[in-house]
Amino acid sequence: MSAHADTHGHDDDHGHHHKETFVTKYIFSQDHKMIAKQYLVTGTIMGVIGVLMSMMFRMQIAWPEEPNVLFEALLGKWAPDGVMDADIYLALVTIHGTIMVFFVLTAGLSGTFSNLLIPLQIGARDMASGFLNMVSYWLFFLSSVIMIISLFVEAGPAAAGWTIYPPLSALPMAQGGSGMGMTLWLVSMAIFIASSLLGSLNYVVTVINLRTKGMSMTRLPLTIWAFFVTAIIGIISFPVLLSAALLLIMDRSFGTSFFLSDIFIQGEVLHYQGGSPVLFEHLFWFLGHPEVYIVILPAMGLVSEIMASNSRKPIFGYRAMIASILAIAFLSTIVWGHHMFISGMNPFLGSVFTFTTLLIAIPSAVKAFNWITTLWKGNLQMNPAMLFSIGFVSTFITGGLTGIILGDSALDINVHDTYFVVAHFHLVMGISALYGMFAGIYHWFPKMFGRMLNKNLGYIHFWLTAVCAYGVFFPMHFIGMAGLPRRYYTNSNFPLFDDLANVNVIITIFALIGGVVQIVYLYNFFISIFYGKKAVQNPWRSTTLEWTTPVEHIHGNWPGEIPHVHRWAYDYSKPGHDVDFVPQTVPLKDGEEELQH
Amino acid sequence: MDLTQGTKEEKNGRAKKMMLWFGIISLVMSFAGWTSAFVVSSSRPDWLKDFQLPNAFIISTVVIVISSISFLLAKKALKASNYKATTLWLILTFILGLVFIYNQFAGFQQIINLGYNFTGPTSNVTMSYIYLIAVVHVLHVVVGLICLLVVIYNHFKQKYTATNMLGFELAATFWHFIDILWVYLFLFLYFVR
Repeated sequence: MSAHADTHGHDDDHGHHHKETFVTKYIFSQDHKMIAKQYLVTGTIMGVIGVLMSMMFRMQIAWPEEPNVLFEALLGKWAPDGVMDADIYLALVTIHGTIMVFFVLTAGLSGTFSNLLIPLQIGARDMASGFLNMVSYWLFFLSSVIMIISLFVEAGPAAAGWTIYPPLSALPMAQGGSGMGMTLWLVSMAIFIASSLLGSLNYVVTVINLRTKGMSMTRLPLTIWAFFVTAIIGIISFPVLLSAALLLIMDRSFGTSFFLSDIFIQGEVLHYQGGSPVLFEHLFWFLGHPEVYIVILPAMGLVSEIMASNSRKPIFGYRAMIASILAIAFLSTIVWGHHMFISGMNPFLGSVFTFTTLLIAIPSAVKAFNWITTLWKGNLQMNPAMLFSIGFVSTFITGGLTGIILGDSALDINVHDTYFVVAHFHLVMGISALYGMFAGIYHWFPKMFGRMLNKNLGYIHFWLTAVCAYGVFFPMHFIGMAGLPRRYYTNSNFPLFDDLANVNVIITIFALIGGVVQIVYLYNFFISIFYGKKAVQNPWRSTTLEWTTPVEHIHGNWPGEIPHVHRWAYDYSKPGHDVDFVPQTVPLKDGEEELQH
Repeated sequence: MDLTQGTKEEKNGRAKKMMLWFGIISLVMSFAGWTSAFVVSSSRPDWLKDFQLPNAFIISTVVIVISSISFLLAKKALKASNYKATTLWLILTFILGLVFIYNQFAGFQQIINLGYNFTGPTSNVTMSYIYLIAVVHVLHVVVGLICLLVVIYNHFKQKYTATNMLGFELAATFWHFIDILWVYLFLFLYFVR
């Protein structure tokens, strides 16, 4: 390690005399910009798999037990004569949730943009430890591969839901997916957690220690604040999931009774006694709830940055934004019980969790109003990144409002585990975070690949996605309130739900169109990497440091000395300047005061 | 303190130390997970209220505290550029680490002799927890010993000086952490019923 420090120790000539081979440049790269791209591409591939799964099980819900050539082709033995098997339906729901939450919206979103933007926006040559950063990516890659391998085991992939509650997850003989599929799921997730922790450690210490001169914490772009706090939440909450997973593995494979109580299965009495699955729920949701903020906070940071830049206005309430990020992070660790209102929890404890949960509405509303007031009277540049950012605010508010209903134990009990919940969390964290990710990709694509994405395809992508997303999730609120439970293979056995069958068909049609529309984006993305319009250095006329680096990537980011910072990140349309943006590197004029809202 | 100042070496050293501290926070959280699961489970009907921690655990607690002190003395000797004393204290620390692990396993044997296996039909959940927590802690001690081996190797290569000892300091911090962690776990298991 010290030898490494010796050869790389000189600040300003860093990276000029490296001989890079194909392997060190594109595969085992320690350069944060390349690692960001690796995360993005891996996350995209996982996203395609996750979305395909959702399209398949949506078809089963709309046209239950009807033969489908697609099923026959894709699912093989799991769709005899083209009819989807009930076991694989549950497995698809499970893996869809796991892939989208962890592999796309945690690693794909946070991994991509934390890696790309933290060193570039704080003025650092690279992450604190490029080596650990590389290890973090390759662990993520390994866990993705294992998760995909688990789709092909004989008895089927994990099928206990992405929350893997015992006993379905704890007894290998409970159902097909509880065997090898579940084991591989646990192995994959354990590796994923290690990857996520290594990444988070790097992000946190890099932000604290490697900022360039003048880049005080209150001059940081909100993106960095969001990534920073996200990483801290990850460091605090992911280890608890690991604890729970280890106890679960002990129960599964070594015969302890942490989560398992007296149980008999297939006529055979098992020796387990006294354990409680509710303990697992507590441990799981202590991670599980912060996890949704790990997903949404980076998206919030990206949106704040993109909105300010494309409104040509300073972000409204910069310090309030930071305070609300911190408040959300703190509250996220004390609200996990609202996922468990029907677990037999003491009603008083339920009301405590209701209280803390509803408190989250305050910082969330602060953020929503700040975004709207940032737009207010701005010189709006309606490019695709901006549209997705506004779309983010829209879905965040829509999904957030139903969160108030679900956070209240008295109301939640009525709609618990119905499609109302599905609609809520898909809008507020699924679609919102996805919009944030798309916004980030459209905005920072020129920084990543030195070329521009096609704008018109971006418009088509946004509008069709937006219509389909609401088309899918608005009606879900109503079928949820009508009582339709989530995760059911078919509802045709319940006359109660017959009236809802048509609604499900409409939802599925929107879901299929919405899924297919993403081809427009994928085409745009992969074609533009090679044939897109060449980007200029600062295409969006932004103030932040990443746009002061050359378009062509170099290891070490800046060819000469790292620029010093003299002002905050949001000097847009500042009176007294000729242009409507003043980069952070421009020193204050005589008599000019630094703005900080 | 303005953390944007400093040379690249200073910033990097600071970052590495801080990374270890944040890593320690995450390890603390995982043990917090297990000990809170322990507390929650203590209301179970099959919970052992009157179990005794094996005597070997008491010995191992004393051993690991001494090993921490000997690591401190090694650092002090290194700061005084006393090569020989540093070697001596480092090797003593390593041996004490091994003695600690031996005593942990002796403790497990004592629990088994009481009639409690760790898993299966003859197990009891209280003892399963104690076993699990102690084994996971031993894994951390093994990691600490590996770090210590690297430090001893580098020390033989004379890599550390009184002013340049980042790797040494990182290993020491981690070693003190697993020491304090065990003392906490021991007191926790001793007093929480």
